[in-house]
Amino acid sequence: MTQVKEKERKLTIARAMAEAIAQEMRTDEKVFVMGEDIGELGGVFGNTRGLHKEFGGERVRDTPISETAFIGAAVGAASDGMKPVVELMFVDFFGVCFDAIYNMMAKNTYFSGGNVTVPMVLMTSTGGGYSDAGQHSQCVHATFAHLPGMKVVAPSNARDAKGMMIAAIRDPNPVVFMFHKALQGMGWLGTEKDAIVHVPEDDFEVALGKAAITREGTDVTIVGITSGVHHGLKAARILEEQGVSAEVVDLRSLVPLDRDTVIQSVKKTGRLIVVDEDYHSYGMTGEIIATVVEAGVPLKAAPQRVAYPDIPIPFTRPMEQWALPSAEKIIEAFNKMKEI
Amino acid sequence: MIPSQEQEQWMYKNMLISRFFEEAIEKIYMEGKSPAFNMANGPIPGEMHLSNGQEPCAVGVCAHLNAEDVVTSTHRPHHVAIAKGVDLKGMAAEIFGKKTGLSGGRGGHMHIFDVDVNFSCSGIIGQSVGPAVGAALSRVMQKKSGIAVAYLGEGAANQGAFHEALNMAGVWKLPVIFIIEDNSWGISVSKRASTAIERNSDRASSYGMPGEFIPGNDPIAIFKTVGLAVERARSGLGPTLIEIETSRLAGHFMGDSEAYRPAGEKEALIKIDPIPVMKSRLADTYGWTDQDDAKLVEEAHSIVDEAIQFARDSEYPAPEEAMEKVFV
Repeated sequence: MTQVKEKERKLTIARAMAEAIAQEMRTDEKVFVMGEDIGELGGVFGNTRGLHKEFGGERVRDTPISETAFIGAAVGAASDGMKPVVELMFVDFFGVCFDAIYNMMAKNTYFSGGNVTVPMVLMTSTGGGYSDAGQHSQCVHATFAHLPGMKVVAPSNARDAKGMMIAAIRDPNPVVFMFHKALQGMGWLGTEKDAIVHVPEDDFEVALGKAAITREGTDVTIVGITSGVHHGLKAARILEEQGVSAEVVDLRSLVPLDRDTVIQSVKKTGRLIVVDEDYHSYGMTGEIIATVVEAGVPLKAAPQRVAYPDIPIPFTRPMEQWALPSAEKIIEAFNKMKEI
Repeated sequence: MIPSQEQEQWMYKNMLISRFFEEAIEKIYMEGKSPAFNMANGPIPGEMHLSNGQEPCAVGVCAHLNAEDVVTSTHRPHHVAIAKGVDLKGMAAEIFGKKTGLSGGRGGHMHIFDVDVNFSCSGIIGQSVGPAVGAALSRVMQKKSGIAVAYLGEGAANQGAFHEALNMAGVWKLPVIFIIEDNSWGISVSKRASTAIERNSDRASSYGMPGEFIPGNDPIAIFKTVGLAVERARSGLGPTLIEIETSRLAGHFMGDSEAYRPAGEKEALIKIDPIPVMKSRLADTYGWTDQDDAKLVEEAHSIVDEAIQFARDSEYPAPEEAMEKVFV
């Protein structure tokens, strides 16, 4: 028996995203990139690094600070046969251009009876933890996922980032691709080391809408996305020391939502904790719990959620760190469950 | 409209305070951020946008304003806040995230609010403009005195908010002035690469208001032009758009390598640093001596030092205070 051992090649999410876009640009000349500082600078968060050098300013276009214009233009270009990848630098900035996103990008396919497709990727950074205050630290997962007509995905590691970006570019539908700043691999933001993983060199896809069991367990299911997955994994390691076997589910995609993987996991464990850096109320945590309850899964304890409190994100470190989800809060939530 | 000697000295003093404040912040910001630069660390975490070089835009405008006048500023707000008379101790403490900060630590450097002098700013590009128009409208509707001034960068003039707000101000002839600080860079993208015309002041004609361009980062020229605009606004003649050529002597934010700048650009800008230029002007016009200067420099340093010390000595808020002030 021969075994071919693939050489390990660890990448950051930033590099994995850039590599995915570059590979698609090499094979499909309809793919182009637009956004603020995505050209020679390579993106504020590094995810277009090297593209301008390889493909030039025609296909890797720095835009004015005009999100309404360039995201609207992406909708038009996508409807006319191109495959734009555009960047909204911080997801917090959606306020200025949301019409182009949710009333145009997300609805044109439906309004045209499926005759017009909008194959574009809107990539955007999320998340806080580094004291950038409430206009540069939000996740707003649910704000996007609530509105029909756009896929919303968010990887927690570099391998998924590459495979999901390739799948997103090839998808005939609009895809919002959220990347969490604390996982991105930019040193100046600090980085979750577990997000830097081996990434195959080929142009593989990771299917959008399929959750991953990141860690198997039997006593409690911890469901998260992006940073929430890493908090969940840390909590699972702590719980293991206490003799508790935690399963961690990485949703990877909010739309489509892989409800079945969640339901099957909770059927096995009977306990559910949902972790989200987005705001607590009307959010992803509630949606996941409702999914399990609606499915009639027998529960050993009331489900818990660990989410961002319903406050604008404060600047000062003591307040922000206190408000963020963490492994400790997941443990607290688990301990609370046991009391019921 | 020519500034008096007293006004020129006021402008120079505020330029010094602003520059010394930024220099102090720059130094403290780097504490805890080496050898590895991680924005989350140190006594001042998060993004930091310094205003070095843009002081003339602050003092040349604010020399005409009173506490009752409204100023909305940008993500790069410190120089304007200082010239508008924002409480320096409270601002410093806010930048440090302390309980004694203007917002108890909730806002930080991009979200400075001082109601006593009607100053605010935001981290969203172009969002200074609408609120200034609204403040001007409010004064008209309430028959209250005072005008509004919106600061924005040249990059923000490509946001829809700018055009919509200017049109409305033009239609309603509101007492508002739009000050574009043209430092020629929107992070790494140059004005030339992002703006279809050379001067944003030309855009004023679309909105029925005068447009002025002020070259040279010159506080005196700014004072003169803005003075006329303020007179127009105060006497009910409507809004004015002013673009000021200025220079960003720092990066977009701390940690910016500025590799996108053409070779020699920054060195050339430092040669025309407005602070020594202003000092020379005072010397030439009023016989400002090195002794006069040393005294003012010392005074400005002590004002800054006192504010920084206040911020350092202040306590952090309790974490749970995060839940307060969402509603009142």
